[in-house]
Amino acid sequence: MTDKIKIENVNLYYGEFQALKNINMNVKENEITAFIGPSGCGKSTLLKSLNRMNDLIEGVKITGRILLDDADIYGDMDATVLRRRVGMVFQKPNPFPMSIYENVAYGPKTHGVKSKAKLDEIVEKSLRSAAMWDEVKDRLKKNALSISGGQQQRLCIARAFSVNPEVILLDEPTSALDPISTMKIEDLLTEIKKDYTIVIVTHNMQQATRISDKTAFFLHGEAIEFDETEKLFSMPKNKKTEDYITGRFG
Amino acid sequence: MRYRFDQELDKLNLELIKMGGLIENAIEYSAKALINRDLSLIRNVNELEIEIDDMEKTIESHCLKLLLQQQPVASDLRIISTALKMITDMERIGDNAEDIAEIAEYMVNQKFIKDLVHIPQMAEATISMVKRSVDAFVNKDKVLAEEVCAADDIVDNLFQVVKEELIEKIQENKENGEQAIDLIMIAKYLERIGDHAENIAEWVIFSITGEHAREYNGRLK
Amino acid sequence: MDRRLNNLKQRKVKSILLKSFVWLCGILTVGVLIYILLFILLRGIPKINLVFLFGEYNSETLSAFSSIVATIQMIFLSLIISVPIGVFCAIYLAEYAKRGSIAVKIIRLATDTLAGIPSIVYGLFGMIFFVNILGFRASVLSGVCTISIMILPVIISSSEEAVKSVPDTYREGSLGLGATRIHTVFRIVLPTAMPGILSGVILAIGRIVGETAALIFTSGTNVMKNPSLDLLSSQRTLAIHMYMLAGEGLPHSKDMAFATGAILILIVFTVNYTTTKLAGRIGRIQ
Repeated sequence: MTDKIKIENVNLYYGEFQALKNINMNVKENEITAFIGPSGCGKSTLLKSLNRMNDLIEGVKITGRILLDDADIYGDMDATVLRRRVGMVFQKPNPFPMSIYENVAYGPKTHGVKSKAKLDEIVEKSLRSAAMWDEVKDRLKKNALSISGGQQQRLCIARAFSVNPEVILLDEPTSALDPISTMKIEDLLTEIKKDYTIVIVTHNMQQATRISDKTAFFLHGEAIEFDETEKLFSMPKNKKTEDYITGRFG
Repeated sequence: MRYRFDQELDKLNLELIKMGGLIENAIEYSAKALINRDLSLIRNVNELEIEIDDMEKTIESHCLKLLLQQQPVASDLRIISTALKMITDMERIGDNAEDIAEIAEYMVNQKFIKDLVHIPQMAEATISMVKRSVDAFVNKDKVLAEEVCAADDIVDNLFQVVKEELIEKIQENKENGEQAIDLIMIAKYLERIGDHAENIAEWVIFSITGEHAREYNGRLK
Repeated sequence: MDRRLNNLKQRKVKSILLKSFVWLCGILTVGVLIYILLFILLRGIPKINLVFLFGEYNSETLSAFSSIVATIQMIFLSLIISVPIGVFCAIYLAEYAKRGSIAVKIIRLATDTLAGIPSIVYGLFGMIFFVNILGFRASVLSGVCTISIMILPVIISSSEEAVKSVPDTYREGSLGLGATRIHTVFRIVLPTAMPGILSGVILAIGRIVGETAALIFTSGTNVMKNPSLDLLSSQRTLAIHMYMLAGEGLPHSKDMAFATGAILILIVFTVNYTTTKLAGRIGRIQ
């Protein structure tokens, strides 16, 4: 399997503070890669660098290269084009204050799809991909804020699908959800990884062991260990990793 | 910091040490019962065996509870799964000791066809193996565990010696046949106890290194 | 034990006193409002007739028709000028300007100051600048220009509030899908901020309807016989109509002044009611 994303010598600064120190790793296509680590270790920062959402924060400086299919995303690539190819699902579900249909249609409409038939098709396909179609097909006009938290998050996943991305980034997607919604989303991710490349930041180590192929452990802005998930969780090479995952941290 | 979990792991160690002690006593009493024709010791062994079975159940449910509640990973997971495997072998040792005591009871009024030299040695060796393997687990001592694995060779050799001597005795006199067979069975049980103790040591090595000793020993040998 | 009982009694008495005081203040406030409303409505509504509302103005009818139309023109045209400028300024401040930049500081200083200037000062400014220097003469046009400047700070600050209160998570969601900043502002932020912006508009309308000082010097006190859409003509708004009638001192004028007052009150009610309902509907659609 090829390297979908290559991270080379990346350092990131919020003003004076260095949030990422010399990160080097490759994310393989059609795999789920998990980023774990204590709060403030840099995992979310690195995630947001992969689709240049960090550009929105004032005073952010980044050095090194991040390559998507061997093209530097901080080079000639337009950020809006990048974000269509690399989608993101956030920690708290954030559907727009519109109908379910409009939420999912927003992305394609933004990128120029006008025909109602085509939009209908995309909405259905995206909601199906998020295992939601049957639940909401009769109430597409309903306000997205009126459905449950778990459904809202799956709606956000459907919305991410709607622009046909190649990579999906998820920032602690189930931390605000109940166990059943969490399980549905985990099953979903495992199901779709054959068509996408997925990177997930999670605080829940059991989740990482359940769904990810590779795991990276971050601490104080450094990538301490990056290995196959089973190896990292059964026989971590670095003592700091072991201390963190066994909860003897601090 | 997982204080409660660490406390539970300490408790687990104590339980295993206790179970180890019970087994060592069982082997010792069964050997003494045989050599000294001591019926009371035989009853002790029976009681010990019941206690050993109970301890196996206690430790097993303790381990399952820890797996459920603490969701251990890495070395914690290896420790708990090793404990689960250890108690199976330890309980077998208890059964074997009781089997020895049973034969001893049967032989209580017989005159020995030969002086028992190697059987007590086997008993001593296996008691030491059990003690060392439990210590190795509690102290995460890989070297000690490896010693135990090597020590099984001694027990196996002693068994061969006993077997050959008893074959001679049978060839000397057909009358010796019955007792010889009982003695061989006792020696066999002791040899099995040695194997179980070696298994325990192999699992201890796994809990420390993450590699199963069979692969490990393959490289060692 | 006795001490605790005493404490309890004291606290009960205190809370009863406080509650009564609060009730009293509430009743006083509502009472004053109702009294004023009734005072005007009871004197004014009986005097309202169709001629007063829709007829030609002469010294007998003292019709308010042309003033009503003038007021509507004033509202409509001032809003057309100020709302786009104000909303876009608010968007710049809330979305694009770097925090603490000089531009932001200057704009904020300007809007805060403008908001505090008494309307008669606006009137003077309008009189000199629009009426004289630019030569618009006393006219609806001068009035509209002056009023637009006057309501600009209100629109800017309420719009900025509204835009700022749109959760960042919406913006992140939109940008995360590959939308541009501008697209996000117009498709997501503005629609969500609409209720807040509308409430700023309501406030502005209230100010316009009630404005006298600024308009006397700019759009003037001239009353047209029939409603006119001539922007260069001087026309009086309802509030000024009321002012003029009250000042004439004749009993008929005074009666019709009350009638005008009643109409003003009814207009304010209607505007508030409809815009609140509108904001609610937009909120629910979203």
